[in-house]
Amino acid sequence: MSKAPTHPATIRALSLTALLGLWVVAAAISADPMILPQPWALIGPFWKAVVSGTLPWHLWMTLTRVIWAFGLAMSLGLVLGLLMGRMPAVDRWLDPWLVVFLNLPALVLIVLCYLWIGLNETAAIAAVTLNKIPNVTTIIREGARALDPGLAAMAQVFRMPPLRRLRHVVLPQLAPFIAGAARSGIAVIWKIVLVVEFLGRSNGIGFQVHLYFQQFDVAMVLVYALSFIAVMLLVEWLILQPFEARVRRWRGA
Amino acid sequence: MIAAEIRAKSFGPAQVLRDIALRVETGEVLAILGPSGIGKSTLLRIVAGIDGDFDGAVVRPERLAMVFQEPTLLPWRTAAENLTLVHPDLGREGALAALARVGIGDKADLFPRQLSLGQQRRVALARAFAGDPEGLILDEPFASLDPDTAEEMLALTERLIAEARPATLFVTHSEAEARRLATRILRLAGRPATIAPDKEGR
Ligand SMILES: Nc1ncnc2c1ncn2[C@@H]1O[C@H](COP(=O)(O)OP(=O)(O)OP(=O)(O)O)[C@@H](O)[C@H]1O
Ligand SMILES: [Mg+2]
Repeated sequence: MSKAPTHPATIRALSLTALLGLWVVAAAISADPMILPQPWALIGPFWKAVVSGTLPWHLWMTLTRVIWAFGLAMSLGLVLGLLMGRMPAVDRWLDPWLVVFLNLPALVLIVLCYLWIGLNETAAIAAVTLNKIPNVTTIIREGARALDPGLAAMAQVFRMPPLRRLRHVVLPQLAPFIAGAARSGIAVIWKIVLVVEFLGRSNGIGFQVHLYFQQFDVAMVLVYALSFIAVMLLVEWLILQPFEARVRRWRGA
Repeated sequence: MIAAEIRAKSFGPAQVLRDIALRVETGEVLAILGPSGIGKSTLLRIVAGIDGDFDGAVVRPERLAMVFQEPTLLPWRTAAENLTLVHPDLGREGALAALARVGIGDKADLFPRQLSLGQQRRVALARAFAGDPEGLILDEPFASLDPDTAEEMLALTERLIAEARPATLFVTHSEAEARRLATRILRLAGRPATIAPDKEGR
């Protein structure tokens, strides 16, 4: 009898181990720690950065920006998506804007925000938020268009007040779309935050990567990048996936 | 009391209804018969206030309830929550009692997808009566049920109507159902549909 692993957590661990193995092999082949150090060679620098407090501090700065941009992009995108999905007139007017912003390169938007608003936190968060809003809007608009007219009629006949309608009739139908937007959103947002920090902030993971890039310190670039990837994986597993599972509970039932 | 005067209702170029006047007094049950596609649901949606795009006027009571052609429950809320979300004053106890009255008191904590169509229709019926309606609109509430279940639902509805005595508008294409439940029967016929003169003069 074959014993192929089936538990998702086991597969996840094995898959990550395989990636680590690939790294070890690649490092062995390149045989130059200046280009690609072995994974265990990062443990020392990582620990030093943690103990000195620099890594947690920069991690926290980046995380704050991600949370701000994520929250703003999600709530503004939700409102815009709902409006555009429910009101054809609004949709006709705003759709061309959406197309323009969807196709505007992230870098252009970042540079423009820094030029117009200044090299400050507001510009940084605005740049990331503006980059993400069109995407969230598009996804939520799909959901808003697919809202069940039968349930809307029911809510209307029984005179459900607007807030209760939103919470119990509309949002549950949008939940899969919100989860999808959140999932793709968080991944894109933290990458853009790094670019924003790289270009115009004096703290955060992106700033540190910039610093070590100028010193050709591959090990420290990897330490910072991997630390943040680890944080984002935790967010995915501890927050996003449980949220999705909860939201879908009634389907499987 | 429900009163409606619909001079015309069209979907695009196609006119569906014309010159319909009806009035249902409190405690009265008016059945509307007609073949499939004639415009019965369209008429009910106008009377219920869901569709406001027509030529005419409707007077409807404050507390209005409707049983739709489909159960139209919130699939992500349990049977009991489907009642309390629409009628918050009911509370959990009231919802359980209302579900017990339609014979599914033991299903209160199941989601609609976990219920059979007949049970879902019972929840919809319980939801309609839980608000003590002054006006009640039923759109083929017994469609696609087996004869025994349909009969049981019919008896149940008869009892609930006798208790609450709302002004009831009841759509069906079953002559037998109409005779059983209604105090008065109207027929829709023609294209665009209007009220056909009743030959039997009931
Ligand atoms: N939203 C709509 N847009 C265009 N046409 C519609 C719409 N709703 C209904 N119709 C048309 O109006 C006519 C009446 O439909 P309606 O649903 O009222 O029929 P019904 O008498 O309830 O039929 P059934 O007994 O099968 O439920 C049909 O020809 C249908 O195609
Ligand atoms: Mg119909």
